[in-house]
Amino acid sequence: MIEMRGIGKTYRVRRREAGLGNAVRSLFSREYTEIPALRDMTFTIPDGQILGYIGPNGAGKSTTIKILSGILRPDCGTCTVNGLTPWTDRKRHVARLGVVFGQRSQLWWDVPVMESYLLLRDIYRVPEPEFRGNLDRLASLLDLGELLKTPARMLSLGQRMRCEIAAALLHSPQVLFLDEPTIGLDAVSKLQVRQFILEQNRLCGTTVLLTTHDMQDIDALCSRVLLIGKGQLLLDGSTEQIRQNAGENLSTEESVADLYRRFGI
Amino acid sequence: MKKYLSFFRMRLTAGLQYRAAALAGMSTQFVWGAMEILLYRAFWLEHPERFPMGMEALAAYIWLQQAFLTLFALWNWDFEVLESVKTGSVAYELLRPAGLYSMWMARALAGRLARAALRMVPVLLVSSLIPAPWGLRLQGSPAVFGLFLLSMVLMVLVVCAYSLLIYALTFYVTDPNGLMVLSVAAADLLGGAIVPLPFLPDGLRQAAALSPFGSMQNVPLRIFNGDIPLPEIPAVMGLQIFWILALVTAGYFLTRNGLRRAVILGG
Repeated sequence: MIEMRGIGKTYRVRRREAGLGNAVRSLFSREYTEIPALRDMTFTIPDGQILGYIGPNGAGKSTTIKILSGILRPDCGTCTVNGLTPWTDRKRHVARLGVVFGQRSQLWWDVPVMESYLLLRDIYRVPEPEFRGNLDRLASLLDLGELLKTPARMLSLGQRMRCEIAAALLHSPQVLFLDEPTIGLDAVSKLQVRQFILEQNRLCGTTVLLTTHDMQDIDALCSRVLLIGKGQLLLDGSTEQIRQNAGENLSTEESVADLYRRFGI
Repeated sequence: MKKYLSFFRMRLTAGLQYRAAALAGMSTQFVWGAMEILLYRAFWLEHPERFPMGMEALAAYIWLQQAFLTLFALWNWDFEVLESVKTGSVAYELLRPAGLYSMWMARALAGRLARAALRMVPVLLVSSLIPAPWGLRLQGSPAVFGLFLLSMVLMVLVVCAYSLLIYALTFYVTDPNGLMVLSVAAADLLGGAIVPLPFLPDGLRQAAALSPFGSMQNVPLRIFNGDIPLPEIPAVMGLQIFWILALVTAGYFLTRNGLRRAVILGG
């Protein structure tokens, strides 16, 4: 179970006007602006749920994921993931966590994908039988086959994303965070990735937290959606409820756009 | 431990892919070693009595230096690590169930060992075929050779701990280039990379030997060629151990603190 209670996070950003004079001035006194990224964020995700986490750019989605991953320490509030506080019990927490950032790679660029997997096996200390079992299952579900022998830099985006998702699941995590996993993928790859996420959730009961801008991802995968804007939770419900909320006969995409407008975010 | 071996295997297999780089590196090392020997030969033929060490000992120093260049050289930085600290993406390393410093250490050791493993054999082989006193000959007793191996291990740790200290300092400055250039220059001069320390003038020589750079290639190379007499070896190896402890401690705490800052800034 994932629980967030009253989480707040403010970034301090250094700002100055352009120009030489201002640059010199900033040597002596620096001005900071406080940017609140999250305010009083509270929600609970039960085990085995696939949750969509949506909101416009800059709403605080990545900040939430980073806090839940133990990368970022919030200013206030409490948070537990399966009983552990991410940023204090970091090592034990991340050992049971899988994360895929659509915009970043965790595969080593120059070597065949399998080499990265072997290294991950040793970093996470996955016992050999468990590793083999997971690898076989992931390879057949995600159709990895020959890709495992290919260096990561020679993979297409869709192929790489499938390899990335497998990499995040080799140590059988109970919780999986997917940050825009379908970004830039073609139709076939998107369907493949979605199909796989459903399978993984059904077979292993993995809890999935998914951030995306693709509402078809949400339609296809999520039983529940959290909508956030300007660091605050605005709506918590099923995709059905979101569509009803927007009124009329709109698609999820249009409903969400409508909500963004209505909340002024 | 397995983690470290795994990093090593990864680096080795990655390194094996860069055939052109290994080939280019190896030929550079032959040419460089030969040029240095020719240069010293000219001085030596003129005034052999002014040399602080024999020509054969000097040749052994130069050839070993070339064979293990990638182990010794401070400029052999891990640019991926530096880049990740500069951009803040180092925070993502926290997704792994391991300490950042120990992961960096594993990477650094593996990177250096793997590169050296790929390049040392041809240089050692060919240089041992070159006739004396210009080639590489085993110097001293088996005991001295054993101490040489031990101080090689200590040397790699000193070099890695120093590199990690620079990576850690990157958390605190906008661009680490200045620190890196300065360190490399200091290590070249004070570590015996350009000329062996015995060739340096009095005063500078002693200061260099005491600096962290003096605990790098200077020690194993001069143990091997007999320039450091047996009774003095425990003291210089003790100094190596001191620098390992000091550099690791400083690097460890700077990394921990720096990471906290990076995390606060938002990665």
